[in-house]
Amino acid sequence: MNDVILRLLRAARGGGVRISTAEMLDAFEAVEAVGYDDRQVLRDSLTLTLAKTIEERASFEAVFDMYFRREALAGAAAPTAAESQQNAADMEGIESKLAQRLMQDDQAGVAAMMEAAGEAVGASNIRLFTQTNLFARRMLDRMGLPELEREITALRELGREEVAARLEASRKALGDQARAFMERQLTLFAAGATKELRENVLRNVKLSQLDRRDYQRMRGLVRDMALRIASRYARPKKVDIRGHLDIRRTLRRNMAHEAIPFRTVWKRKKLDKPKIVAICDVSGSVAQVARFLLMFLYALTDTLAGIKSYAFSSKLIEVSHILEGEDIDEAITKILNDVGFGSTNYGRALEIFSDTALRHVDRHTTVIILGDGRGNRNPPRTDLMKNLFDRAARVIWLNPEPNPLWGTGDSDIYKYMPYCHLVTSCNTVASLERVVDDILRSAQ
Amino acid sequence: MRKSLESLLPSIDSVEAGLESVGYIPSRQISTALFLAVRLQKPILVEGPAGVGKTELAKATAEHLGLPLIRMQCYDGLDESKALYEWKYGKQLLYTQILKDKMGEELRAYDGMDGALDKLNEFDDLFFSERFLEPRPLLRSLREPGGAVLLIDEVDKADEEFEAFLLEILSDYQVTIPELGTVVAMVPPIVLLTSNATRDLGDAMKRRCLHLHIGYPDAKLEEKIVQTRLPHVEEHLRKELVSFVQQLRSMDLRKLPSVSETLDWARALILLHASHLEVDLVRDTLNVLLKFEQDMDAGNKHVLEFIEKAKTIAAY
Repeated sequence: MNDVILRLLRAARGGGVRISTAEMLDAFEAVEAVGYDDRQVLRDSLTLTLAKTIEERASFEAVFDMYFRREALAGAAAPTAAESQQNAADMEGIESKLAQRLMQDDQAGVAAMMEAAGEAVGASNIRLFTQTNLFARRMLDRMGLPELEREITALRELGREEVAARLEASRKALGDQARAFMERQLTLFAAGATKELRENVLRNVKLSQLDRRDYQRMRGLVRDMALRIASRYARPKKVDIRGHLDIRRTLRRNMAHEAIPFRTVWKRKKLDKPKIVAICDVSGSVAQVARFLLMFLYALTDTLAGIKSYAFSSKLIEVSHILEGEDIDEAITKILNDVGFGSTNYGRALEIFSDTALRHVDRHTTVIILGDGRGNRNPPRTDLMKNLFDRAARVIWLNPEPNPLWGTGDSDIYKYMPYCHLVTSCNTVASLERVVDDILRSAQ
Repeated sequence: MRKSLESLLPSIDSVEAGLESVGYIPSRQISTALFLAVRLQKPILVEGPAGVGKTELAKATAEHLGLPLIRMQCYDGLDESKALYEWKYGKQLLYTQILKDKMGEELRAYDGMDGALDKLNEFDDLFFSERFLEPRPLLRSLREPGGAVLLIDEVDKADEEFEAFLLEILSDYQVTIPELGTVVAMVPPIVLLTSNATRDLGDAMKRRCLHLHIGYPDAKLEEKIVQTRLPHVEEHLRKELVSFVQQLRSMDLRKLPSVSETLDWARALILLHASHLEVDLVRDTLNVLLKFEQDMDAGNKHVLEFIEKAKTIAAY
């Protein structure tokens, strides 16, 4: 019975429930305490010991239900007395175990054989859908399919056509069952691996080439990443500087014992939350990256001291209020409608920004500019860029284009580069995460 | 000693019956969790929205088992001195002042520095003894001779340092006080931690606990809860109001009404001598169930529809 639970736990791991060895031991202890009699109680107990979040609980319960579901094997009704007699006659000369069980319609026996064979061929190692047939075949071989086939041929040669036909039909049904069994194993044991694979791919897929159908999943991914980053930086706002005595506060605290410094107070450094000004090019292919950058930043509002965001293509507008008020997808569509058309003009955008919004940039501000730097041969206005650079704590330029394309054609990126603290290529969610993480870290 | 607790709760059914006998109607999962907590000596981490009976579970457990309930409310900035123990600093100071002359006399008998110091050392032990120890909830729960139910409320409100500090107590049921030594629980307390999930707890913490999630009850369970808590609500009204609340929960609201709100509402309806749900009555009392203005607006729109449905369900 321990094996059954062990395999269930392995399946649960595949299903995304993180189970450590210690938790396995706990689970066994729990099972010992409640016994196997009541399936509902067993399920509750295991869920209680193993699942650590609501999501894990849901996936564990799903795995549990699937694992203990045994489909009734397709078969005929119970044989009558006459039929059994006939059966006994038919059984004569049939030697292989599998054939005997099939003839007797012993479904439990066949199921048990299938489980055993499945384990012997390592059914729980199945990873890909394409492996189902292969594994099913191996399992059937292990169950004694070759002998069965030989026996069917032998029966035909002996002229016992009827019995042979019956066995043949059972053999076909058996094949279907085997494949169904393997498919179930696949969903049980490989679901986690596939999901992980898919998410890994998504993390590194170029945002500009993202499929529409992956949006939803991607949004979830971004939210998770943002949560992770947020929890990493939602830490104390002040740290002691060891070795720098704060004399004023030490004296005050020790007033009660005539200012003899029993208790020392160290100078403290205040940790700033970063203030962020994001300026996003929303034309063409850059828009897609902008969408996710903004999604990222707005998932982090608690960790940041404030975000102001601006979108531009031919003109520049502030979009903070749109993004705060609405669902981010709707907001982006609205922004794209407002400014998304017309040829991009970086110089003009910088001009408008300098006139209207430069006062929001101070020495605590990190300015993130997202764009490919292709200004359609308009004057780049690097003087304004220098101005921005001098005012801000950091200027980071994210360029969705890969490095080799920089500076080709109408790209002004190299002209802006001297006025940025960091220019980096950024076109996947993974690289976005790195950049945002970096911004928060350097603020500390 | 824990054995006696185990004999009090021999099976899951007995847990269920026991909790019901003190007016707490548990779901099967809750009883299983409590049963396992006693058997495996593990704390239970109870999560769920506000007002579904997380704290109530601890109270009911304590009442049923006849154990004292020791409650510790967590908040940002909670530290060891508030949670575990503290020296009664004022008392120590006062006693030294009063005993100053006495001590002087004692010390005068010694000529050398060494002898006086040795003597002084003895005083030291005197002042850091049980007499001057102020036990806080965690220490109290360990020193309770018959065991206790320890409720650590809203553990997600405390900071991570405190969470780490809790780990030792929760896994070994012991703490170390430098001046006195290690205090081991005579009878390990039954520990319940509640969390509203404002912050993700650490994995180490979650690993040590049984993870119980209490959600909103289904109609049947909720009716039973109302019936037990407020026996004088008529069956008809009970069915109607539970069904109404259940329908409210299917809406997308900022704060869904939970069991405690259902009970409050039922009480309000009794006070107003209602025997059936009526539109005006429900509109006037909706503020008992819903706590935000936009929720009220959204809820108001559906009052009529929900009442109709509740009436048909109750008529069955």
